[in-house]
Amino acid sequence: MIEFFRAMEVNSLLKSGLVAGVLAGVACGVVGPYVITRRIVFLSGAIAHMAVGGIGAAVFLCAILPQPIGPLHPAHRTMVFAGATLAALAGAVVIGYVHQRAAERMDTLIGALWAIGMALGILLVKFTPGYQTELMSYLFGNIALISWGDVRLMLVLDAIILAAVLVFHKRLLAICLDQEQAELQGISVLWTNIVLLCLVALTVICLTQVVGLILVIALLSLPAATAAHHVTRMTSLCVVSTLLCVALTTLPRIAVYGTRIDPQSAIVLAAAGVYLLSVLARRFLGRFR
Amino acid sequence: MTETPLVVELRDVTFGYPPEGAIQPVLEDVSLVIEPREFLGVIGPNGGGKTTLLRVILGLLAPQRGSVTVFGRAPVAVRSRIGYVPQHAHVDPSVPANVLDVVLTGRLGRSSWGLRYGRDHVAIALAALDQTEMASLAHRRIGTLSGGQRQRVLIARALAADAELLLLDEPTAGVDPHMERGLTDLLHRLNERLPIVFVSHDVSFVSTHLKRVACLNRRLTCHPADTKRSARFPIPAAGRGACRASPRGRTPHDRVLPRDGGQFAA
Repeated sequence: MIEFFRAMEVNSLLKSGLVAGVLAGVACGVVGPYVITRRIVFLSGAIAHMAVGGIGAAVFLCAILPQPIGPLHPAHRTMVFAGATLAALAGAVVIGYVHQRAAERMDTLIGALWAIGMALGILLVKFTPGYQTELMSYLFGNIALISWGDVRLMLVLDAIILAAVLVFHKRLLAICLDQEQAELQGISVLWTNIVLLCLVALTVICLTQVVGLILVIALLSLPAATAAHHVTRMTSLCVVSTLLCVALTTLPRIAVYGTRIDPQSAIVLAAAGVYLLSVLARRFLGRFR
Repeated sequence: MTETPLVVELRDVTFGYPPEGAIQPVLEDVSLVIEPREFLGVIGPNGGGKTTLLRVILGLLAPQRGSVTVFGRAPVAVRSRIGYVPQHAHVDPSVPANVLDVVLTGRLGRSSWGLRYGRDHVAIALAALDQTEMASLAHRRIGTLSGGQRQRVLIARALAADAELLLLDEPTAGVDPHMERGLTDLLHRLNERLPIVFVSHDVSFVSTHLKRVACLNRRLTCHPADTKRSARFPIPAAGRGACRASPRGRTPHDRVLPRDGGQFAA
């Protein structure tokens, strides 16, 4: 651990990685409680995997442009980021609509969208001339290579997410509690749901940098579920889960620095461990409320 | 003398869920008039269309045939004036919210942006909880309440929305007999200023305080008056509790008869 702080003095990437961890923690800490309360963890997974399609499209586009943007060009990362964000947001709108309106079996459709997004992404990267390994860093995250430019983008995402939650909190809580009642009060459940899923999409993009798309679900659900064991109201749940998320996206990374354990797995396993401890603690302390 | 406006008027309403639609209706030629001060119990078997009837009155479902007006207008336009009390199981008990949070969603139509409800909204919600005798539990987590308590919270939510008509769906489902008694007394008190309609398959709940009973099994038919009960519970003044004859003069069993009507429909 001391090793990490010593290295941080000379390696600016470690510093930016740490700040990125905090920013990702804030995003999933604030949005996670709504996700678990509304029971849309599975939908969030689908949104994350649809972002893979966007990444594939962006990588492909960069390579086939008249003046190709190479993978090492600074604009390349921005393009991929934009592709992932757009695909995730589009996925959120589609899934939001399907979730409310489709007469088909909902979980079947969501599962299909999940796989289609992923398959498109893999296919497009495969057909991109020359460069193919990059997709892996998005699927599994690459906390060691987060630049200050990435941190600035994450800061913007965090600001949007926080502002939206402050504005929409009452509506979001209302659709979690009783969506028919919200509808009767003149609130559009469809649009409120889409807003929530768009927030999930932005959170997914924010987390991608730190734990990667595949592990996003763990951070959206586990810390919030842990916090929900101990607090009774949505606002306090958001605060507690944010603190927990920030701790989880920074401390395990520092702890495993210099070892062969990769930080993404450490973060997810730590989140699972904390959740398990919380379940056991609640059992033994008899705290069922 | 000006006529008091009708609270609800259903005229020859037929509704069926897709895909069969009106071919296999859930409600068929239902006519119903609800006047101010009404206390109507609609009983019927499961699948008889009770909840559908409420959803038609709320404007959540549009009938294929017939007309629905609430307070003289289309239901959707006056939705905010209708207090709908769903079955208590309707509210997810795992949601991290306390009783006050739930009641405050009754104010959502008036204050839907931002993080908190204003002080005036909180005061109204607390007053509503007070009326349903749940004020002492305002800060308890909703999931820790019993079925009967939760039912009272949902009634408080409807009151907080300034409802001018209460519609209750199976208010006694999963409520123990003791709580049920308190619930009927509460509804009776509220009926002093609000028209109330509830649907239930539970005939025992129906037997107290009601001004009229209707039976719904696809068609809305009258329920025989219980003379013993009528003696114990005063019959409303002549004409007040009575169903108005359907303007187009349907067959008798298409309308609701007053409790003191004393006759079976054919």
